[in-house]
This record gives sequence, C-alpha cells and structure tokens, in this order.
Amino acid sequence: MATPVLDKADAAGSPEPGFADSPYITVTFRIRRFNPEVSAEATWEDFQLEIDPKERVLDGLHKIKWDLDGTLTFRRSCAHGICGSDAMRINGKNRLACKTLIKDISPEKPITIEAIKGLTVLKDLVVDMEPFFQAYRDVMPFLITKDTNEPTRERLQSAEDRERFDDTTKCILCAACTTSCPVFWNDGQYFGPAAIVNAHRFIFDSRDEAGEQRLEILNDRDGVWRCRTTFNCTDACPRGIEVTKAIAEVKRALITRRY
Amino acid sequence: MKIHKYDTVIVGAGGAGMRAAIEATKRSRTAVLTKLYPTRSHTGAAQGGMAAALANVEEDNWEWHTFDTVKGGDYLVDQDAAEILAKEAIDSVLDLEKMGLPFNRTPNGTIDQRRFGGHSRNHGEAPVRRSCYAADRTGHMILQTLYQNCVKEGVEFFNEFYVLDQLITEVGGVKRSAGVVAYELATGEIHIFQAKAVIYASGGTGKFFKVTSNAHTLTGDGQAAVYRRGLPLEDMEFFQFHPTGIWRMGILLTEGARGEGGILRNKDGERFMEKYAPVMKDLASRDVVSRSIYTEIREGRGCGPEGDHVFLDLTHLPPEQLDAKLPDITEFARTYLGIEPYTDPIPIQPTAHYAMGGIPTNVQGEVLADNTTVVPGLYAAGEVACVSVHGANRLGTNSLLDINVFGKRAGIAAAEYSQTADFVELPENPESLVVEQIERLRSSTGNERVAELRRELQETMDANVMVFRTEQTIKTAVEKIAELRERYKNVAIQDKGKRFNTDLLEAVELGNLLDLAEVMAVSALARKESRGGHYREDYPNRDDVNFMRHTMAYREVGADGTETVRLDYKPVVQTRYQPMERKY
Ligand SMILES: Cc1cc2nc3c(=O)[nH]c(=O)nc-3n(C[C@H](O)[C@H](O)[C@H](O)COP(=O)(O)OP(=O)(O)OC[C@H]3O[C@@H](n4cnc5c(N)ncnc54)[C@H](O)[C@@H]3O)c2cc1C
Ligand code: SF4
Ligand code: FES
Repeated sequence: MATPVLDKADAAGSPEPGFADSPYITVTFRIRRFNPEVSAEATWEDFQLEIDPKERVLDGLHKIKWDLDGTLTFRRSCAHGICGSDAMRINGKNRLACKTLIKDISPEKPITIEAIKGLTVLKDLVVDMEPFFQAYRDVMPFLITKDTNEPTRERLQSAEDRERFDDTTKCILCAACTTSCPVFWNDGQYFGPAAIVNAHRFIFDSRDEAGEQRLEILNDRDGVWRCRTTFNCTDACPRGIEVTKAIAEVKRALITRRY
Repeated sequence: MKIHKYDTVIVGAGGAGMRAAIEATKRSRTAVLTKLYPTRSHTGAAQGGMAAALANVEEDNWEWHTFDTVKGGDYLVDQDAAEILAKEAIDSVLDLEKMGLPFNRTPNGTIDQRRFGGHSRNHGEAPVRRSCYAADRTGHMILQTLYQNCVKEGVEFFNEFYVLDQLITEVGGVKRSAGVVAYELATGEIHIFQAKAVIYASGGTGKFFKVTSNAHTLTGDGQAAVYRRGLPLEDMEFFQFHPTGIWRMGILLTEGARGEGGILRNKDGERFMEKYAPVMKDLASRDVVSRSIYTEIREGRGCGPEGDHVFLDLTHLPPEQLDAKLPDITEFARTYLGIEPYTDPIPIQPTAHYAMGGIPTNVQGEVLADNTTVVPGLYAAGEVACVSVHGANRLGTNSLLDINVFGKRAGIAAAEYSQTADFVELPENPESLVVEQIERLRSSTGNERVAELRRELQETMDANVMVFRTEQTIKTAVEKIAELRERYKNVAIQDKGKRFNTDLLEAVELGNLLDLAEVMAVSALARKESRGGHYREDYPNRDDVNFMRHTMAYREVGADGTETVRLDYKPVVQTRYQPMERKY
C-alpha cells in the first residue's frame, strides 16, 4: 500500500488555509479506490497527510488530489454543504465531506472513506446518481394546481401553512439518507427516503392540489410501507431534516387521507 | 465523437440556464448541457433574497429600484437595461411563486420582504424592504423550484457535460454561432452539438481568487470559450468583494444578516460604518463596506492577533429571529468556526463574490461581436453575461433577479430565433481545438502542477487586484499571470484515463482562469479611475470625463502566435439619471 506523505510547506500554501494558531496533525485517510480502467477490483489505499484538524475532510481529499495523487476522483462544488455533491461514507457513516471537520471524526485512527452504498460505483467515490434522481422524478416533485385562471398576484399562504412543510424544503438531494437505508441496499426499487421527503414537501404545501396522486404513488409496493423506521436516514441528513418523521407523516396521511 | 442536432442548446443549469430552459423547451427542441447536476449549481448557495418592488410591506416602486441599481453600479449601468430589470422584477418573483417557490410570508399571507444593502425608498432617503426571500436559502429555493419545473416540462439535460469550445462559422462576412463542443465526464467522449441557437448560462469566475464565496467549479468556462473565438468580454475589471465572508475561508454570510440588524464592529467594538456611511451605515453598498473594513484593518483597528479581520455582531438579535431568518449562516459559523452566534461575534473579511463583467449582450440576451453587431444565434444570461445591469458594482439581491429576468428573456429570444433560422454549417473539424487541448494535457511530460499554478494565481489575485489596487500592484499581477501562462504550457496531469478524469478537467479550468485573470488585470490597469468595485488608490476619484464607458477586451493573436489583450470602449446607455456623487 502506498503511503505518500505531504509536507507542511505544501499544506500551508493550500487555497483553503486552516488557522494559524492551531497545530497540524498527521492523519491517515484510508480510501476505497476503484477504477475499472485499471482493475476490476476495488482496493483500500492509505494516504498520510499533515492537516489542521479544523479543516474539512474535503480539504484533506483536495490535498491528496492536488499534491499526491491526481487520479483520486470525487465530486464536489460548493465546499460548504449546500450543493449536495460530496456525500460519502466516512468512518462507516454517510456525511458530506465538506461539512465534516477532521477533528470530529477521531483523527487519531485511520479515517475510512468510501463511496455511498446501494448505487453503482463508477470510479473511486463517484457513483451513478441516475436511479436516485429517477425515484425523485417519479413522485412528481413540482407544484400542481387545478385553477384554470392563473391568479394575477401571488397565491396567499399563511405563515403557519408555510411552516408546515419548511423542514422538507431544505433537501439538497445529496442521497446521504437513501444510501444509508438498509431497505434500499437490499432492494434498489424502493423509492428511498429522499424521494419521500420531496413528495412530503408538496403533499403538505397548502397551495398544492395533487396530494392524492402523490400518495397513491407512494402507496405502491416500493413505496413508504417498505420503511422500517431504522432512523439511519435522519442521522445521515446533513441538512438536519427529520426524514423519518416526514416518512411517518406520509404514512399517516395515507391512512387518514388528511394532510 | 458524436454529433447531436438541437434547435436550442443551453450551456449551464443554474438559475439562468434553467429559467431559459423552461421557456425554450416549450418553444423549440432544447438540450441543456451542464458540467454539474443541475441542483449542484452555485445559484443554490445564494442566501439573502431577490429584489422586486412588490410593495407588500411598505411603499415602493420600480422607478426607485431602477435608481438604486444605477446609483449602486456607480453610473456604469446601462439604464435602459436597469429599467427592464426593475420593471420585470415583479413578474419574475410572481412567476417563481406560481411555480411553487416557498417564500417567507407576511401575516396576511403575501410574500414577505426585507432590507438589503443599497436598496432605498425615494432615491436614497432610507432603507426599503424590497428583498423577497425564503429564510437565508433563497437561492436554494430558486434552484430547486426551477429544477422541479424543468422536470415538469420534461427538459432534456446532458449532465456532467463540459462545454469547452464555441463553434463559429462566417457566413457572408458575418460571424454566426454554429454550436458547441462538449466533453463527457463519464466517458471522456467528445460531443458536437450543432444548434441554431446557443445560450451561455455558465455562471461566474470567482475561483481565480483565493478567498472567495464561489464554488470550486466557477472557473469562467463560458467567458473563456467565446473570448478564445475572438468575441469581446465587457467590464472584466469590475469584480465584487462582498464585505462578510467567513474569515480566511470566504464562505458567505449574507448581507441579510445586516438587513436583520447585524452590525460590523472593529477591535474596539466601535460600529465603524457610521463614520463611512452616516445614512445607510452597515447597509451601504458592498464596495463601500468592503473598503471601509480594509481601512479599519489597515489603520490598526482589525480584530484578532494579526488584526486581519473585523466582527459581524448578531448577539443583540433575539435567538428566535436568528433561527427563523438566518438559520443556515448561523449554522456555518457553528460548523466551520465553532462559534455560537447567539453569544459571540463572527470574524469576517471581504470575500471575492461576483463578476459584474462578462459576455456583452443586449437586453434580449443576444451576444455582441463588437459595440453594436450581434452574433446571430448566440445568447448569454446570468453571471456569465454583462447586459449591463450591474455596472461597476452589483446591488445585493439583483443577481437572483438578473438570472430570472434575463434568463427568461434569453430563453424566449433564442427559441423564437431557432424557430425561423436554419442550421449554420459546422466548421471543418469542429472538434479539433478541444481534441488538441486534451491530447496535449494528457500526453504532457512537463514538470508544472495544476494545483501549484492555481495557488500562485489565487495568491497574486488576492494580493494585487482585490479591494485596493494601484498601477504597481496591477502590473505585478499582469507580470505574474504572464509567467503562469507560460508555465501552464508545461503543465502535466497524473490521470491519463478517460473515465471521470477530473484531473484533466481541473487543468482545462485552470487554463480558463488564467485567460480571464489576464483580461481582468489588463482591463483594470487601463482604467485610471475608481468606480464601484474597481478602486485605484492612485486614482481615488471617479472620472466621468474619461471613463464613463464600458471596457471591451478582445484577444489578439499576432503573426508570431503571441496573444495579447486589446482594449476598446463602449458608451454607457444613459436615460433618466445623470451621474451624481455616490453617498450612502
Ligand atoms: C454564496 C453566494 C450568495 C449569493 N447570494 C445572493 C443573493 O442573496 N441574492 C442575489 O441576487 N445574488 C446572490 N448571489 C449571486 C447569485 O447567486 C449568482 O450570481 C447567480 O446565482 C448565478 O447564477 P447563474 O445561473 O448565472 O450561474 P450558476 O448558478 O453558477 O450556474 C452555472 C451553471 O453553468 C454550468 N457550467 C459551468 N461551466 C460549464 C461548462 N464548461 N459546460 C457546461 N456547463 C457549465 C454549471 O454546471 C452550472 O449549472 C450569491 C452568490 C454567492 C456565491
Ligand atoms: S433528505 Fe437530507 S440526506 Fe436526504 S437527500 Fe435530502 S438533504 Fe440529503
Ligand atoms: S461540496 Fe457542496 S455539499 Fe459538499
């Protein structure tokens, strides 16, 4: 196993510097590598780097990619937990690399990093997101109204009605929830928590008039009833959405037909 | 290589690209090419709000909004365009609400509005509540809502396709757009998209700075693609430095924080903005606040052991207000700084934020080949474009507005054009430039590293062409950029594969940043005045006699192959408002 070392001088020049008053520490990133152009087998590879523990896991991945091994491949864009690009399994838990600080994940031990589970790995930490987005599209994630005349001004909505679905509007479609779900791992046909969260966002929006249709879609054999309430999704959500609660509310709406 | 044929091709799926796509898809066969999945676009990072004189909470009208936009832009704004922006703002907010955007609401159920820098009642009398918002997640809600509506309309996306070249064919002496060349990340395959109309909506170019609010992927690919094909870039010296980035990281803390009552303080706890902007105080326009912060720092009143930042103080605001109105940015402070904003002030510094300049267009989004001639079939909208509604300094909340108003306009104009126009013949070997570029990078055995050159570029930009500039510092930047461009020829990458080769694409993106950094620095050197975001310590005043004009930068290639930036100028469109001194 290769263990290249990054020296401090390079690290200090990094575009996202840490803080002058905190000491650098040495950490090991143990990364699950896979590149079918090179080998059909996935392998673990260790990298050692000197890093400020207040930096993000994403900063560590960048240090590796930029200074040690340019072939390391992952998605990222915003670097502050807003775009949903970099969900990955860090020490066995789904997290965003850009929202996870090194100091918070026991850096004295090797930090394991692998692709999220249940979607096909295409290269290193990059997975095929298509099935995930397909499930999202299947719940009709857009406002549906039946009024024949478009109102000229905005539709009115009380602050309480707006608050009712606030939690599920925060979703950034990172897939951390869906790919932490044991039901999804066993059966990729299951809609998964993220799609249900996005259905919830419209079912409970007072302006929307297609709640019944969405509920029917989720009443399907691959719908909400598959959920076994393991709470993995809620733990994984980087936006702090109460995913399990949203799923429970959709289940209840299916029984009572009230929402 | 694959060849595709569409009526309309849109490059980019941020706010501008998707707003355009919703219109274009209804009217023409449309493809959207985007290097990121649409919902990863940086529009999602926008926090504070979108301006429109809805007058839901107090008296307001579009004429006041136009005036503020013109004044905020230090009179370099094209006033006809600003008027369109302010007038169409109202419908564009209402459009979004009807598409489902969950705006915050007033007690009577209408869209709520809040204060934002530079927006005033009656031509500067007092701050006005004009920003429509959804907590501090307005951009996220816009991006999600537009994506939802693209799903509804069945918009065809090509995700993780990088557009790397613009195809232009001369027909009867007129340059016309023939299509674009794209690189597919998953496979490394080259695709030619022949299209009657192309719309660039590929966003900003902030990554040539080190401390920036911009995403890693904002590398000015669209600007670079058209510039390399001989088309001009307008006003590239004007870049906005937002006053409140998280210290050293650059992550943005919205101006909405000051709109809610947040106060900037120096190391003595003094509310220093009172000195610099007696009326608008902390809500003066961004360039004014950023310069004030650096003045405090330079004069020894900065905070921390190195005196290199100031504080954004929210501690006097009730925690419930912070939770309701600023949940995300308070969480950023907790996550990245370990600071509790209820009780502790947040260390901040100005952060490179927004490109006022870009691809010149008219108000229909048509791209200009010079001061007056349009390039038939070529359009641009959003941060990549320069209409110019932002002039020398953009007002907060006017960009989310810009992407909606001009994204929609460009989408309609391009689709209507492609309904009647014919396909333009592709140039011979349309893929050649991209193939050459990629093969050179893949086979290079040079000893330069992408990350190292990018670091040096970012450091020189931060040090020399940021909030304060002088002839000396800009010249230093110009020389450094020239050196880096030379060294870039020897850049080598480690990943030689075809599959998801982000190593290769980072090298391509660096090439774009270097080209655009050069244009910015050369344009800044020639502008011997101070205006908006461009502040020259050696020429501290605005000079309307010599510089009330837009910069137009062209790439020139000499007989010996040397590249230079040639500058020309374009008049500013003035209608109602005569330039006045800008006071806040
Ligand atoms: C942190 C932050 C906060 C902000 N807050 C506000 C605010 O409150 N109010 C306001 O008005 N403005 C705000 N702004 C500014 C505003 O958000 C942006 O200017 C605006 O969203 C830009 O939108 P866009 O559609 O032009 O580009 P983006 O949203 O950046 O989208 C660019 C698109 O182009 C694609 N792309 C790029 N290169 C290529 C290529 N080579 N090939 C194919 N596709 C490509 C990308 O995939 C992406 O889809 C903020 C900006 C930032 C950074
Ligand atoms: S619910 Fe949370 S974890 Fe799931 S996709 Fe949305 S943001 Fe990610
Ligand atoms: S990089 Fe955008 S969420 Fe992490």
